[in-house]
Amino acid sequence: MSVRRLAEKQPESFEFTPENRAWLDAQIAKYPPGRQASAVIPALWQAQKQHDYWLPQKAIEKVADLLGMPYIRVLEIATFYTMFNLEPVGKYFIQLCGTTPCMLRGSDDLIRICEERIGEQRHVTADGLFSWLEVECLGACCNAPMVQINDDYFEDLDAATFTKLLDDLAAGRPVHIGPQNGRLRSEPLGGLTALTDFYGADGKSGPLSDMQAALQPANPAK
Amino acid sequence: MLQDKDRIFQNLYGYGDWGLEGARKRGAWDNTKGLLEKGKDWIISEMKASGLRGRGGAGFPTGLKWSFMPKPDPARPSYLVVNADESEPGTCKDREIMRNDPHLLVEGCIIAGFAMGASAAYIYLRGEFIFERERLQAAVDQAYAANLVGQNNIHGYPFEVYVHHGAGAYICGEETALLESLEGKKGMPRLKPPFPANMGLYGCPTTVNNVESIAVAPTILRRGGAWFAGFGAKNNAGTKLFSISGHVNKPCNVEEAMSIPFRELIEKHCGGIRGGWDNLLAVIPGGSSVRCVPAQDIIDCPMDFDSLSKLKSGLGTAAVIVMDKSTDIIRAIARLSHFYKHESCGQCTPCREGTGWMYRVMQRMVEGRAQKKEIDMLFDVSKQIEGHTICALGDAAAWPVQGLITHFRPVIEARIDSYTARADKDAVKVAAQ
Repeated sequence: MSVRRLAEKQPESFEFTPENRAWLDAQIAKYPPGRQASAVIPALWQAQKQHDYWLPQKAIEKVADLLGMPYIRVLEIATFYTMFNLEPVGKYFIQLCGTTPCMLRGSDDLIRICEERIGEQRHVTADGLFSWLEVECLGACCNAPMVQINDDYFEDLDAATFTKLLDDLAAGRPVHIGPQNGRLRSEPLGGLTALTDFYGADGKSGPLSDMQAALQPANPAK
Repeated sequence: MLQDKDRIFQNLYGYGDWGLEGARKRGAWDNTKGLLEKGKDWIISEMKASGLRGRGGAGFPTGLKWSFMPKPDPARPSYLVVNADESEPGTCKDREIMRNDPHLLVEGCIIAGFAMGASAAYIYLRGEFIFERERLQAAVDQAYAANLVGQNNIHGYPFEVYVHHGAGAYICGEETALLESLEGKKGMPRLKPPFPANMGLYGCPTTVNNVESIAVAPTILRRGGAWFAGFGAKNNAGTKLFSISGHVNKPCNVEEAMSIPFRELIEKHCGGIRGGWDNLLAVIPGGSSVRCVPAQDIIDCPMDFDSLSKLKSGLGTAAVIVMDKSTDIIRAIARLSHFYKHESCGQCTPCREGTGWMYRVMQRMVEGRAQKKEIDMLFDVSKQIEGHTICALGDAAAWPVQGLITHFRPVIEARIDSYTARADKDAVKVAAQ
């Protein structure tokens, strides 16, 4: 458990955009009638995304009103689940995995870089660009060490590639999401040892290889 | 070695087409209606014959679990809940299924849902998996568009599939905490009984299964339970996704036959141990919640449930965390203690207080700033946490520490000795000033 409190400085009000209201209605429809409370985590998450990646008190109350829940129940959710940021974060919010599998592969180096460039955990840099937090396992252990920046995973990092990543973000240059060492996913580096009948040793030369599909965004229809 | 034609996850590495067309080319959604027409009893008996044990860590037989669901009652719908809250340190297999081969999971949902008489499936992903969530939603949308699932689908069994997500709580991987979270509450595990099969989601009969358990079901039914049972040692059947991380030359996910010896797994797929086999210190073979195993015991051990439990460890989620001799093993385990302290939901006193207590003592052990009698005290406290909590997080927090003390007590003692020696010397220096 960790101590989590609401930020001292809070905005006056919070309203969902019309698009997000419509989105929320579609979420509520997934659950049986009267069970709209099930949508509380998706609703808070959408509110956080709309509000520069942090969740003000008014948004918590708004979600409670919309879902017909007591304020305290939603406040409980917001403080229990650690992905809800209760205070402002940088434009690029770095969640750095420091759990054992990443630690074994060198997450200490990444922590040092964050401390030097950004400062203490949760501190937002003066230009508002960066803040960072050491988090628990993000579930990309075969691609350790890794960080999540806003919605995206950046994996197979080392001091050099992580520094370059931060430089690129600071300068507004495009960055490559995913493994930073040339891997596509979590296959062995430098050539497949399984599924070669279908994809060849390089993954790209087998009968089932489809690099166009492989490089698609998560949901191309959207 | 497992042949490619016998691998279930044929797009594990994402080099092929994740979408419906690609999945069909690899055999998914092939005559699903024919499988359903053979009836629930056939599906469940085939799943039992396959010997599939749940892939989420506990290893409970999947077919048996499905058979626990009561007869459908129109007043009380039944649910299938898929546990995709993959957060066990070391584990990253379900992520690859969801982003590279999501149709296997969607097809598995309707088959499993049919077998247990469920009306809908909720797939609960961890909140951090945003790409995976969108990808899985895209696959579900494709399945709806092709009328493979939904109220009037071509399989003749009305069934809905919904994608839901959490927001960063490891405890929601515990099945009853997951149900609480899905109902819009804090993820705090429920007392059992009643078991979810009788009182689960919204008080209705519910079965919670891991992603991998559901995703392998269609292939098992198509190729027959006997085919799946042909891999691995007795009582440990099938193929399994292994996530190998840590100090191997090439960490990776790979599907292999169960009971593959550790050495073969690492040599074939991971390019060996960093610095060679003599450099291996210890392995955590099943995700952070199992006890570590020292090098000499693991090297030729078959990787399956029974062999690893004989070593007082476990296969868990088959997340193999390899540590070479450069590892500070005390610190590696202390970091896991921090994990459990952070992730304890706070409901049961032994876990809420005990995980923090163990972490603080472990921190001192890392430095050596402790007394040797505290090692036994730590072991004793871990035993008081284990088995005295509602869910297994208390056990999971205790076991890594117990494994460390059992196998590496001399390392802890040496650390304490060196700290003491240093402290004595420093004390003299201060006095001389």
